[in-house]
Amino acid sequence: MIMTKKFIGKRIVRNEDPQLLTGQALFVDDVEIPGMLHAAFLRSDYAHARLLSIDVSAARQRPGVVAVFTAEDMGDDWQPGPPLVSPPPTAKDVIFYSRRQVPLVKDKVRHAGEAIAVVIAESRYIAEDAVEDILIELEPLEAVVDLEKGLEAGSPLVHDDLESNLAAHLFQKKGDYEEARSKADLVIKRRIIIDRGAASAMENRGIVAHWEAKSQHLTIWDTTQAPIPIRNGTAARLGLSEHQVRVIAPFIGGGFGPKMMMFYAEEMVIPWVSKKLNRPIKWIEDRRENFYATTQERGQIHDVEIALSSDGHILGLKDVFLHDTGAYDPYGLTIPLNTQCHTMGGYDVKNFTTEVSVVFTNKTLVTPVRGAGRPQGIFIIERLLDIASKELGIDLVEIRKRNLIPPDAFPYEHKIIDQAFAPLILDSGNYWPVMEKALEMIGYEEFVKDEQPRLRKEGKYVGIGFAPFIESTGVGPYEGARVTVEASGKISVATGIGTQGQGHFTAFAQIVAEQVGVAVKDVRIVTGDTTEFHWGTGTFASRGAVVAGNAIHAASSIVRKKILELASKVLETPIDELELDDGLVRVVDIPHKTISLGELALLANPLRGAVEPGTEPGLEATAYFGPNYGATAFGTHAMILEVDPETMMIKIKRYVTVEDCGTVLNPLILEGQIHGGVSMGIGNAYYEQLHFDENGQLLNASFADYLIPSATEIPRIEVGHVETRSSLNELGTKGVGEAGTIPVPALFAQAIENALYNQELEILEMPLSPNRLFELLNK
Amino acid sequence: MKPAPFEYYAPTTVEEALSLLAEHGYDAKVLAGGQSLIPMMNFRLVQPSVLVDLNNIPELAYIRPDENGGLRLGAMTRHHQVEIDPLVAERMPLLHETMPKIAYSQIRSRGTFGGSVSHADPSAELASVSVALGGRFRLQSQSDERWIPANEFFVGLFSTVLEPGELLVEAALPSMPARSGWSMMEVARRPHDFALIGVAAVVTLDAKGLCDQARMVFLSAGDVPKVAHKAAELLKGQAFSSEAIIASAEIAASEDIDPGSDIHATAEFRRHLANVLARRALEQAFKRAAENK
Amino acid sequence: MQNLFDLAVTVNGSRYEHAVEPRTLLSDFLRHDLGLTGTHVGCEHGVCGACTVLLDGQPVRSCLMFAVQTHEHEVTTIEGLGTIDNLSPIQETFQEAHGVQCGFCTPGILTTVKSFLEQNPDPSEDEIREAISGNLCRCTGYQHIVDAVKLAAEKMKA
Repeated sequence: MIMTKKFIGKRIVRNEDPQLLTGQALFVDDVEIPGMLHAAFLRSDYAHARLLSIDVSAARQRPGVVAVFTAEDMGDDWQPGPPLVSPPPTAKDVIFYSRRQVPLVKDKVRHAGEAIAVVIAESRYIAEDAVEDILIELEPLEAVVDLEKGLEAGSPLVHDDLESNLAAHLFQKKGDYEEARSKADLVIKRRIIIDRGAASAMENRGIVAHWEAKSQHLTIWDTTQAPIPIRNGTAARLGLSEHQVRVIAPFIGGGFGPKMMMFYAEEMVIPWVSKKLNRPIKWIEDRRENFYATTQERGQIHDVEIALSSDGHILGLKDVFLHDTGAYDPYGLTIPLNTQCHTMGGYDVKNFTTEVSVVFTNKTLVTPVRGAGRPQGIFIIERLLDIASKELGIDLVEIRKRNLIPPDAFPYEHKIIDQAFAPLILDSGNYWPVMEKALEMIGYEEFVKDEQPRLRKEGKYVGIGFAPFIESTGVGPYEGARVTVEASGKISVATGIGTQGQGHFTAFAQIVAEQVGVAVKDVRIVTGDTTEFHWGTGTFASRGAVVAGNAIHAASSIVRKKILELASKVLETPIDELELDDGLVRVVDIPHKTISLGELALLANPLRGAVEPGTEPGLEATAYFGPNYGATAFGTHAMILEVDPETMMIKIKRYVTVEDCGTVLNPLILEGQIHGGVSMGIGNAYYEQLHFDENGQLLNASFADYLIPSATEIPRIEVGHVETRSSLNELGTKGVGEAGTIPVPALFAQAIENALYNQELEILEMPLSPNRLFELLNK
Repeated sequence: MKPAPFEYYAPTTVEEALSLLAEHGYDAKVLAGGQSLIPMMNFRLVQPSVLVDLNNIPELAYIRPDENGGLRLGAMTRHHQVEIDPLVAERMPLLHETMPKIAYSQIRSRGTFGGSVSHADPSAELASVSVALGGRFRLQSQSDERWIPANEFFVGLFSTVLEPGELLVEAALPSMPARSGWSMMEVARRPHDFALIGVAAVVTLDAKGLCDQARMVFLSAGDVPKVAHKAAELLKGQAFSSEAIIASAEIAASEDIDPGSDIHATAEFRRHLANVLARRALEQAFKRAAENK
Repeated sequence: MQNLFDLAVTVNGSRYEHAVEPRTLLSDFLRHDLGLTGTHVGCEHGVCGACTVLLDGQPVRSCLMFAVQTHEHEVTTIEGLGTIDNLSPIQETFQEAHGVQCGFCTPGILTTVKSFLEQNPDPSEDEIREAISGNLCRCTGYQHIVDAVKLAAEKMKA
């Protein structure tokens, strides 16, 4: 019998913490290279303007300035970024106009903050001084800010070579909504509006590019979630071989999506400058730049319709919506596809029509931010069910129960195309028990029956809400990993994805330790360094643990096999009498007959003798994993919330989440992800909103006015857990990185309406605020 | 976001500081706590060519009792010092209660009384509290010295009576009369944000227990701390009653203040909040006044 | 180049003498002149708290001070709280309670908490949340940070 300790599922503290806790972890801005120069960008103050002239001569004269570059200076090297995600080839009737961001503005500015010129100087201080020396003539144009106005005839055009501001159009359908509608007892129609927020990772973006002409090699440190595509694309842009470029994503101070956007203007400019000047160049984004130049997400306008029978069954759903993509659309239809795939929630909806028009606007680019289109879909369906519950007189919980996809219906095929270009299939699920558990944990029934009436008599406005949700996770195409046993007996692992705080160095080590029988702290993981591993895509869409994790699992399993085969020969014992434990291979029942992994590693890599043809030296394996389709996680959140009816200020009294993400690798890390996701969701729901004026100017480009929740706004979050293994991968795991954010806006809407029970209030928008609530109540 | 270059002076006496300010006039900005000035410099919203740093003048930081039961605060006294000072807790409960509401602990380590008040942000708690307490400020220049009542010190948005070359060096805060109660309330999105609206209230009762004086000063309600004169008039001679308080709060919100609109709140919402806060603050102040007989 | 100022400052117990431009922010001085990159820069306008260090034992925003203002003062940064082989109790409990995810806000939180626990060795949950309300974290949702601080308070009392 082969036995090893179980590490998977254990609350193991993180390997990476001591470095982070003592200030000994390398972030991009910590990189110092002798001779390094610093960059600052001149950015447009206008959202939409023609660049008439630019004069950098004064800037070039300033002492300490080494160079100033404009679009013209880049010559033929000036190219817009590559399309990152094409429109789904598997969908029919797609209209898509691809327009990508540029390194430096050539003729026209398309969003406030767009980069126009770059100054390279001995310090960032001097570079910023020189930016002010640049003389520039911009002719302001009328800005496209409103999605509907943007599609009207006669609207100013964001891209002059197009006929309109329509960036894309996609129509998808399942079944026959019109037929379903004709049979309905109730049809509810609403307009739902969701607005933009920023990811606001604590670390701003940054890039250090170091071209060394003598070795013809380019090293780039980048706060990216996707080092491998950055390497490949940068090599192509600069006419280099991929092996001449090394991209390192060191410790990253939070990603949340925008660091998965690739070929930002700065990523196209800085390496080019380094090669041109043959000097290391550093650019670190400041917080003001982050608000303009780092991507954002969520703006959509939906006209939705739901058709129901009198007993609350959803007969069909129809959604026509506009999606704001900002000035360019490099990320394809990813976000609207996610919205489309989540508008049915976890419900058995047989007829669904969804039509999206993506609109160019003169605002910062839109690419996925934690949730990535899913919160919008869940907000819609949950709001519609809340309204239907009221109109049909069916209990809020009951109406969900009647519509949830039953456990025996999985895998459940939705037939519309998802963001991975595959037909949407919900692989596994058991939705009711999760919802039931959440309601139980928060004491839903008792609260509604006993406590709430008592509180209302006391003149308190305390509401309760719940929101079930699904989350598509773990999409392909693939990731890979290499696992190696070293002569020391420690294990080294490399994978291509990057890490932004989600504990990969530990969770992945647990997977390896499980197979190979070492202590978790003896597994050293390298992520995000293209020299260590150069096949893969990146950390996004809640896929790191699923896809890279399973690749690591596969590689570890092969290494385990190699260990056992070699040990069997060396110890002259059949494999099934061996066990792996504590870095040793042991013979069961013969305690002194052991060999360490280190010794085995040495034997597998001999200095003399022969390695048989067809075999490999060492105890190492590389493996890849690509799921057939993404695994769908699910859960329910519930909340008790008090509203001060005079000030509209809120206080969350209790917050409960129940999550099912399949096999849990490390419950400690999982909780952290959920807490963090909920915290962002609360921000999305009641605190954070990017305010653009009619000229496309961002009015709150600072932390003083863009309100990130602090420790006094976030409650204690109780996490309950259910595990339904996924059949899509050997670990049985699903993603969970974004789950915390997805149902929160829907949850807030229900809870606030429930709190202000005696007011006429129907919340059809997100985010909210005390001011907005006051307006809605006093309409 | 790096500041533009400047000439830097770090005088060690008030005399030296005043001489520098006289010399450089409009070119010079005073650096006190820096918690309002330095962010503006980092954003390059201001680019002073000369900075006179007051942080090396120990004679400007003190909390002293004065003969009338009040306090004298040196302009460079840190918020943190005021927050933990037992004399402040004893003699100025309104000020003591206000301190933790000012920004975060890390800001209070550096921020100063004089700096906050001279910056004249209408959202600054200390400005409104100084006015509510009937405080006075001593302004000094190389040639002159004058005392200004707090409610005459603020003249507009980020604007005071300070002339170039003049420095606020001391605040004199009187103790509240006998039979007084106080309250300091704010509505802020997060507890340490600039308030959407706030009010500092002092209510003094006469020997019969009727309202002798009611002073409400609103922050974030206009360009300067807004004294609710009409509301005060309404309460004079009144006994404590919910009708009187409601009427007073109503007038304060509709006529005494002049709030603006921004992305966080419309003027209408601010007036609504002012009404709510005025009512709650007056209730608390009256209650405390009654307890202080 | 502006006139340079001869700065003498003690950081984590060591004395440093450097000629510095007056406009150099303390955060940049620590990170780039002294190579103490543990202190992080998140906003440069005093809100996020990642840059918090201790000045003569009190927590301050290093992005809202000029380095020259620390002349003849003492600064403590995260590097002065403990080392990998010798973590302070606060650093230990942050690992135990999983109070760190990406680690970017962590230096500002640890220095703030160190000063806080010295002034309030037996805090309630509300007091802890209030004390760290000037430190934004985008990863953890604060809960495990609060747990870590509670644990640290208990450890330090024992």
